[in-house]
Amino acid sequence: MPLQFDSAYNKRKRALQQAMFACFRVLSYSIVLVLFIILGFILVKGVSVINWNFLTQAPTDGMTKGGIWPAIVGTFYLMVGSAVFAFPVGVVSGIYMSEYAPKGKLVAFIRTMTNNLAGIPSIVFGLFGMAFFVNYLDFGDSILAGSLTLGLLALPIVIRTTEEAFRDIPSSYREGSLALGATKTQTIWHVLLPMAMPRVITGLILSLGRVSGETAPILFTCAAYFLPKLPDSIFDQCMALPYHLYVVATSGTDIDAQMPIAYGTAFVLIVIVLLMNLVANAIRKHFEKKLKQK
Amino acid sequence: MKKWIDRIARRIFTLSGFVTSVVILLIIGFLFSEAAGLFRQPIVEEGYVLALNKENDVDRLSAEQIKQLFDEDITNWKELGGKDMPVKVFRLEDLDHLYTEEELGAEYEHAGEKIAEQVRQTPGIIAFVPKVLVEGERDIHLVPDHTIPIKDVLLGTEWYPTATPSPIFGILPLLSGTLWVSFFAILIALPFGLAISIYLAEVAPPAVSKVLKPVIELLNGIPSVVYGFFGLAVIVPLLQQTFNLPVGESGLAGSLVLALMALPTIITVSEDAMRNCPRTMREASLALGATHWQTIYKVVVPYSVSGITSGVVLGIGRAVGETMAVLMVTGNAAVIPTSILEPLRTIPATIAAELGEAPAGGAHYQSLFLLGVILFFITLIINSCVEIVSARNKTKR
Repeated sequence: MPLQFDSAYNKRKRALQQAMFACFRVLSYSIVLVLFIILGFILVKGVSVINWNFLTQAPTDGMTKGGIWPAIVGTFYLMVGSAVFAFPVGVVSGIYMSEYAPKGKLVAFIRTMTNNLAGIPSIVFGLFGMAFFVNYLDFGDSILAGSLTLGLLALPIVIRTTEEAFRDIPSSYREGSLALGATKTQTIWHVLLPMAMPRVITGLILSLGRVSGETAPILFTCAAYFLPKLPDSIFDQCMALPYHLYVVATSGTDIDAQMPIAYGTAFVLIVIVLLMNLVANAIRKHFEKKLKQK
Repeated sequence: MKKWIDRIARRIFTLSGFVTSVVILLIIGFLFSEAAGLFRQPIVEEGYVLALNKENDVDRLSAEQIKQLFDEDITNWKELGGKDMPVKVFRLEDLDHLYTEEELGAEYEHAGEKIAEQVRQTPGIIAFVPKVLVEGERDIHLVPDHTIPIKDVLLGTEWYPTATPSPIFGILPLLSGTLWVSFFAILIALPFGLAISIYLAEVAPPAVSKVLKPVIELLNGIPSVVYGFFGLAVIVPLLQQTFNLPVGESGLAGSLVLALMALPTIITVSEDAMRNCPRTMREASLALGATHWQTIYKVVVPYSVSGITSGVVLGIGRAVGETMAVLMVTGNAAVIPTSILEPLRTIPATIAAELGEAPAGGAHYQSLFLLGVILFFITLIINSCVEIVSARNKTKR
């Protein structure tokens, strides 16, 4: 008797498989649809608000007119501020994890701590920033306090990507460099760092993207509802895009007049995040190609 | 020279290796020291006392009872185990109605006497007055103040942080709101997350996953405030229409937004877990005549179940801690939810909404730090679960 590949049972199980896979496919495509709905909704409604004045003027008439320039500048300051703190510390800490830390319990412990830090909700960072930077160190509500709080939030991302980037470099490179008489520092600086650079930079940019969109940590450490002028020093408060979006969308006197501004703010915020993602990916691809050519 | 640099570098690297541990310790230290202060606060607003008539022998009032007295929900002292007499609430403002300015004195110097007089005259009175005014007045009965009991906070079912004379900090409505919203969020996200991760790991042709992966990354990258705004502008009105609600801001709106936000985490982690399923196991299953689908749900999914669990747990962590999106769409009513279609309030949203108005160092401020501590512990427990599961996985392989 020949094997019956098309028995009723076989047919049924193949039909079931097709049904399940079709279902998965639909669900997976629906997630793309959802993303497009969210992005499309905000981009379409926001793009009509965007013009030169919107981008370069301060809000006027109780947030119902004018632009968002101070918020853009504020977000930029916060990104730079948090980067200044988180990048050096995070990269060095990541290198320590990969190159120096004795393998075993210690690394496991530090990694657990880093993971825990990454898992802490952003509002808890906000609370801590308020208690420590604003009140205890007496920075007041300021760009400095906000940047440091955001920097703490970015730290685990930077550490992780750096550690992974260094860990994935084959040990033959290290051994080769050491065998030529280079010290460990020289090996890291001249051999490992250039190789790990693309992934480290990608991680840095992604962490910046995250920082630019965070609201909860700056609620009580930095963000101002409205400031007529740009901040003069790091001890001034500043406006920030995500907080501005929150304020304009939820509170105020004239919600109808504020809605277009909210769409415009969301548009700019989304564009910044998209740009960060694109740039990060482009850098990664560029360097990867270069490395392959070598 | 070279060695010198090397040694210094090693020191610096080692130092910064511990930066995250130090930060965590600092966070714990500061959160705890602020939160612990709450249990040293008197239950009545600082600087004020509750004065009773001498006849009244009620000696201990909880914050909830005080609120009920002043809201006139309790109208007879009998209900509190005292004598049978009607409650008469007396506030400082009432002085102005009872006495002329001359009687009270230009600087309020006679106010204390007059209060004492009122308290002596009215058997059922409860007077909420500044301590300095009535200190030294004889023949009145001051309710001995006690500190806020831990039990009343952790098991309290009411959250009225700004009530006078005695704020109530029962965290249960907030805790249940948080868990309720997160639970529904995961319930919604789980089928999608599983289906998409199976599709990505097992079914999708490489070209398709090349498109899908960045999409999921982007979904992860969208700021939470933008999700909140989208929820406010689209999901909330939609829910209001479909379910014919008085307000669209509800637990369900929060759950939907959170489900979207938790999806990327669930998908990425479970997909990774499924991809790690050894090829040999799959081939063995296929060789026995199982279809691809049978292999997936009899072999691949059971094999990677701990990884999938990690993904789900991390998703819950993300949902529990999410602040802005939830703050914007859930309506922020601090009551124990009975239906997912009602407004509710989560722990992070409460902190974000109230910390700005709470004066630093006060009981309200400290209670928000206590909420922070609770949130911190919830996420710590969640993270530890994930660590344990993934550690077990490593030894399994």
